[in-house]
Amino acid sequence: MIWQGEALVAGTAEGPVLRLDGPISFWGGIDPQSARVTLGGHPQAGQVISNKILVVPNLIGSSSSSAVLLELLYREIAPRAFVLGQRDAILPIGAVVANQMNWNTVPMVLLADAPFATGDRISIDRDGRIEHAMANNG
Amino acid sequence: MPELTSEERAVLSGEQGSDGQRMAMQVVAETARMLGAARLIPIVSGHIDGCLYHGDSGVLYCERLAEAGARVSVPTTTNVGALNLLKPDQIRVPPGRREMAGRLMTAHTRMGCQPTWTCAPYQAGARPEKGAQIAWGESNAVAFANTVLGARTNRYGDFLDIACAITGRAPHYGLHQTENRRAILLLDLGGLSERLKRRDDFFPVLGALIGRLAGDAVCAVSGMPAATGEDQLKAMCAGAAATGAVALVHIIGVTPEAPDLESAFQGGVPDETIRVDAEMITATRRSLGRTAEGAIDCVALGSPHFSSLECRELLRLAAGRRFSVPVYVCTGRHTLAEIEDNGIEDALRACGVEFVVDTCVVVTPILPATGGVMMTNSAKFAHYALGNTGFEPAFGSLEECVDSAVAGSFVTRPEIWS
Repeated sequence: MIWQGEALVAGTAEGPVLRLDGPISFWGGIDPQSARVTLGGHPQAGQVISNKILVVPNLIGSSSSSAVLLELLYREIAPRAFVLGQRDAILPIGAVVANQMNWNTVPMVLLADAPFATGDRISIDRDGRIEHAMANNG
Repeated sequence: MPELTSEERAVLSGEQGSDGQRMAMQVVAETARMLGAARLIPIVSGHIDGCLYHGDSGVLYCERLAEAGARVSVPTTTNVGALNLLKPDQIRVPPGRREMAGRLMTAHTRMGCQPTWTCAPYQAGARPEKGAQIAWGESNAVAFANTVLGARTNRYGDFLDIACAITGRAPHYGLHQTENRRAILLLDLGGLSERLKRRDDFFPVLGALIGRLAGDAVCAVSGMPAATGEDQLKAMCAGAAATGAVALVHIIGVTPEAPDLESAFQGGVPDETIRVDAEMITATRRSLGRTAEGAIDCVALGSPHFSSLECRELLRLAAGRRFSVPVYVCTGRHTLAEIEDNGIEDALRACGVEFVVDTCVVVTPILPATGGVMMTNSAKFAHYALGNTGFEPAFGSLEECVDSAVAGSFVTRPEIWS
């Protein structure tokens, strides 16, 4: 099965999903130096988001979230890609700015009600299409 | 993609203007695309929240913009930074971090921002008029600009705020558009006593309640006293923007575009009406911080930054007494200059006030690392105290804060709230 999302930041990625089950603001919720979820009481508190395809059904917009993402990208500890459940114009700016600095950037896809669970392997293409990846692929 | 004018396209392609302008236009145009905005609109004012240090990457980016010739094209003020530039040793940070935080502030002045370093730019001369399209960052300033001044801005985040100020453009979406400024929810204060609505600590509490009820929706408030002062509105907006994503509250009779309910609802009716009663106000007040008696370790005032009038009131309430715990007054250098001239600064220092200028106690390490109890009259300070400083908040009126600072322990006047 293929899910068609909207590519907010175009790019390709494949890897294991980490799903954030509670609402989160990147500023105050993710430590930009360790990529760890620091929000007390969050279901994924203590987990590291690096190298995962991060599924974020419920993003709380904070005006400094773009700065947190930029710092994760600069330190090369960012997720491989984002699947966002809501349109957000703050977080993706971190990716736009990283691209201007010639730092690695990450694809960001908008897809409401994404069914992916932590541990699934998924792949994303440049047009925002998402599908389950083969278990031993990448 | 949004439809760009020929001039905007020329800047985006690099045919016209500096490379820094091209980078900024790309950020604005890409954001417009992601939001689905049809076009960009010209703006007349900027306020930049991106000068607070979050990591080296943001410093390197702003320095790149400045080196590439980016300069703001509209009058632009700066929000707080991570340093008190007038008293650098007040902040407890390692030298490397201090240097980077300073470089970030310098990059913004290089780009032509006015170095106001205040979260209350509207009390430092930035007063865009009713209907003006602006691009401001800092949640309380955004709420104040929309609610009290009647200017039009969304909550602009890091990098987009400076990109808008450089290009003089913003994506045409959200609160820039009249139809999105229509109130959805009505909060009716008609059932509250006038006595309660005259208290200065009513306003931050009301703000916190509005934020929790409204979330990110536009709401209207009826029954606000006509004589509500600017510092009271400031406290209310800051509370609403801290506990919720509130960017506009139509205060009937105060907000320039809301002389009556019909204007606030643009001829329609509220989706929901909530009659605010004294119990809701009392419960919200209690939720802001501890209310039990006990020792306090410091008092923090000035979120948003204290005005000259608030400094004057603090001095009046202190009535010559000396504080037995540190009292931090966070304010802008514009206010400090004013109260230096009229002697209020010296008198407050004599009572034991420590001024925190260009920054504040919840965004950068100033309070001792030991933690403790921080008393405040600000809903915003109360909201962020524990997460950002490790201090447990206690909430009270300015008068209660002063009495508590003198006593070194929590002094309340609960009868007023019963």
